[in-house]
Amino acid sequence: MPRIRVEVDGETYEDDVEPRLLLVHYLRERLGKVGTPVGCDTTNCGACTVLLDGLSAKSCSVLAVQADGRSVTTVEGLSLDGAGDHPLQRAFHREHALQCGYCTPGMIIASLDLLRDNPDPSEAEVREGLEGNLCRCTGYQNIVRAVRGAAAEMRTREVAP
Amino acid sequence: MTEIGRARLRSEDARLVTGRTRWTDNLTPAGTLHVAYLRSPHAHARIDRVDVEAAKGRPNVVAVLSGADLAAEQGALPCAWQVTEDMRLPAHPPMAVDEVRYAGEPVACVVARDRYSAVDALEDIDVDYTPLPVVVDMERAVQDGADLVHGDMGTNESYTWVFEQGDMDAAMRDAPVLLERRFVQQRLIPTAMEPRAVLCEPDGEDFTLHSATQIPHILRLMLSVVTEIPEHRIRVVAPDVGGGFGSKLQVYGEEVLALLLARRLGRPVKWTESRSEGNMAVHHGRDQIQRVALAADRDGRVRGLKVELLADMGAYLMLVTPGVPLLGAFMFPGIYKMDAYSFSCTGVFTNKTPTDAYRGAGRPEATFAIERLMDDLAAELGVDPIEVRRRNWITHEEFPYDSIAGLTYDTGNYEAATDKALALFGYDELRAEQDERRERRDPVQLGIGVSTYTEMCGLAPSRVLGSLAYGAGGWEHASVRVLPSGKVEVVTGSSAHGQGHETAWAQIASDRLGVPFEDVKVLHGDTAVAPKGMDTYGSRSLAVGGVALFRACDKVVEKARTIAAHLLEASEDDLEFGGGRFSVKGVEEAGLTIQEVTQAAFAAHNLPDGVEPSLDSDVTHDPENFSFPHGTHLCAVEVDTETGFTKIREYVAVDDVGTVVNPMIVEGQVHGGLAQGIAQALYEEAVYDADGNLTTTTMADYLLPSAADLPTFTTDRTETPAAGNPLGVKGVGEAGTIASTPAVVNAIVDALRPFGVRDVPMPCTPERVWTALREGGAR
Repeated sequence: MPRIRVEVDGETYEDDVEPRLLLVHYLRERLGKVGTPVGCDTTNCGACTVLLDGLSAKSCSVLAVQADGRSVTTVEGLSLDGAGDHPLQRAFHREHALQCGYCTPGMIIASLDLLRDNPDPSEAEVREGLEGNLCRCTGYQNIVRAVRGAAAEMRTREVAP
Repeated sequence: MTEIGRARLRSEDARLVTGRTRWTDNLTPAGTLHVAYLRSPHAHARIDRVDVEAAKGRPNVVAVLSGADLAAEQGALPCAWQVTEDMRLPAHPPMAVDEVRYAGEPVACVVARDRYSAVDALEDIDVDYTPLPVVVDMERAVQDGADLVHGDMGTNESYTWVFEQGDMDAAMRDAPVLLERRFVQQRLIPTAMEPRAVLCEPDGEDFTLHSATQIPHILRLMLSVVTEIPEHRIRVVAPDVGGGFGSKLQVYGEEVLALLLARRLGRPVKWTESRSEGNMAVHHGRDQIQRVALAADRDGRVRGLKVELLADMGAYLMLVTPGVPLLGAFMFPGIYKMDAYSFSCTGVFTNKTPTDAYRGAGRPEATFAIERLMDDLAAELGVDPIEVRRRNWITHEEFPYDSIAGLTYDTGNYEAATDKALALFGYDELRAEQDERRERRDPVQLGIGVSTYTEMCGLAPSRVLGSLAYGAGGWEHASVRVLPSGKVEVVTGSSAHGQGHETAWAQIASDRLGVPFEDVKVLHGDTAVAPKGMDTYGSRSLAVGGVALFRACDKVVEKARTIAAHLLEASEDDLEFGGGRFSVKGVEEAGLTIQEVTQAAFAAHNLPDGVEPSLDSDVTHDPENFSFPHGTHLCAVEVDTETGFTKIREYVAVDDVGTVVNPMIVEGQVHGGLAQGIAQALYEEAVYDADGNLTTTTMADYLLPSAADLPTFTTDRTETPAAGNPLGVKGVGEAGTIASTPAVVNAIVDALRPFGVRDVPMPCTPERVWTALREGGAR
């Protein structure tokens, strides 16, 4: 089995993994990083989205071995003190952008990537930008509002995404 | 500021936005074994042989079992709703034994040390099938000589349920206007974002089962009935649950099997489904063929409505499968007065995944039919669709109103909701633009759709459920415990999975008891913690469970009043309670806070005779009536007549859900409901081919709308308190879904009427719109 070395949410892990092990299963079942859920098996829903070297990736369609030597950020790593203090986390709470919350980790991570590309997206740009992340509860309206609200805060505070 | 009516941010969010969640699949106790299921590739086949020997030899495999191996203990999955005495109820084994009747039915399972090994070993299970004739079309299934889903039954009809009120012959005779329509409610896949998952941990004779379920209490009872493991030996926990929409209002074979496998193997057993197996094996929703006839006078007054349904049960009857269309039976007349109404529904077996409750369950189907008919009636008469509704709806002076379908609508104000919606929508301006576009033959036409709905929810008065032969009651339980320190624990039998109970229930308790919101903790979703409950479905949580809590709080206050009066040496009648403090009328300084009373109740040094120590209460609330939210939804669509593409331009929803506890949560429920109703109108359909293969097994094929597919909604409310409960609340969970589907389709048809189009089947994809245009004689 290949040995991989991955930095996840600031900690470095070294593990022997089956070549076919999906990154999301590595995170959840080997590292106990269960904050990133699985919603489908065809990369459509985006619930499992993480940042891989700063770019969003659906971790159900990435092999753990592909993450070797790279860094992974999950929703658990967004706030160092675990208090949910990232502007996006706060905005999702403030704008009621989640109900069951299952899509939320992926939605927040995908939004981070979106705001890195476009720090001041229009409503339409947020909607298009989050096309790969499905939510069944909210109808998206409050998610769009949360992302734009967080964007405004991040612009003024220059929070590095 | 009073807590009721306040847009409190949710207590639940902190863990959900940081990934500190408690989904069932997150739990993996030491020694957990993982289950994978082999599912039938055939829609209908005899099982001749299942050979599991090779699979047993695979590495890490602990057990491989076929349906036959478990036949003696697995029992049959329950159906709790015997809708007619002669309803045909076929046995439904959790794993098929002799015959499979839908593609995706479990046939065998592997239990292994990890999930990859379990899935690998499925490859080595060898099953011999003899394919049998497949029944996919409901209308063919009920013809003489049709192939049979259940050969020994001699028919594909499960039941026929009828309701009649008024003189239909008189209503139809010489009716100046008679509209006859055939509407198809396509099959839908509920698609909660969290796939199903179940974990069962054995502990001697006891079992703890975590499941992604909406119904921990019902599940516990049913697991006991099915497996004959005594109920008190089973604890069911619904931890964080990632949405349900009816799909987790079920007793699934995989839940029963988790219990049986844990008992057999003596170790924790876990199963988490993949989305593609879930699309085949989670119950589906809708799937009705509706034949409807509406008779009216020349002035638009409705005389009578006749409804004949075929409802697709799928291959088996699950928990409430046969009852779902009945929940619609009472709603076809909607908000309208009429002289006669008749309803008949035949439940039909097909070789497809069983259907059951999906958000709205019966009422969206009914609302779709009547609201489509009202728009058609308006077009037939050349009258504005709002005006036709005004001529028929129950006016606000007429409540309480006994509907033709036998319900008593307690309150409502359809005029107010409609006026508000029209103003927000800019109805007249949009009509003017529509005329303009028609005149200049714009390739992009504008259509306006109306939906003035009501629905029955807050399931339900136990007496009514009994009269409909449902297997249980519709009460809900709450208890309030004021702890010695003055903090409050609220226990509710309603089990949240996204609805925000932890916030809204704390608001109610805070409001009633006068304690800080932060001092209230809401406990739910665990039969060991919340021992009594009827769970969450049918927009019942607040209207039944919230009211139970309201009453439980009042009961605590009454007990506290007795103690406070004793301590203050005052008469109970002389005490006022407000802001969490009892005070003697006219003597403001003489008083005790509820926390002080709690300490006295805890110490029990000086209690009135006959008063038990501690401050707590239990209430089981059984509502006297359903709640009847209503509202007016208006949708404007732009339809490109060259491509058939539909774009929603404006969507206005004005809903009346009575008193609102948390307007932010209510608005969120409406948004999500709209998204699902619009999705039925435009995007979603579970498709089977002629051989009974589901061709929409993935999210790539089954089109859930994304943010890019939906508009920004304009939502508002009118507030007519429900008369049936002291909080004045009505359900809101399903209203958006119920109202929106016909609003969208009405808008599309409205855009295309000049082209001779009278209907577009759902989902109204560009291809279907384009085809309808061609068939309508597009110019």
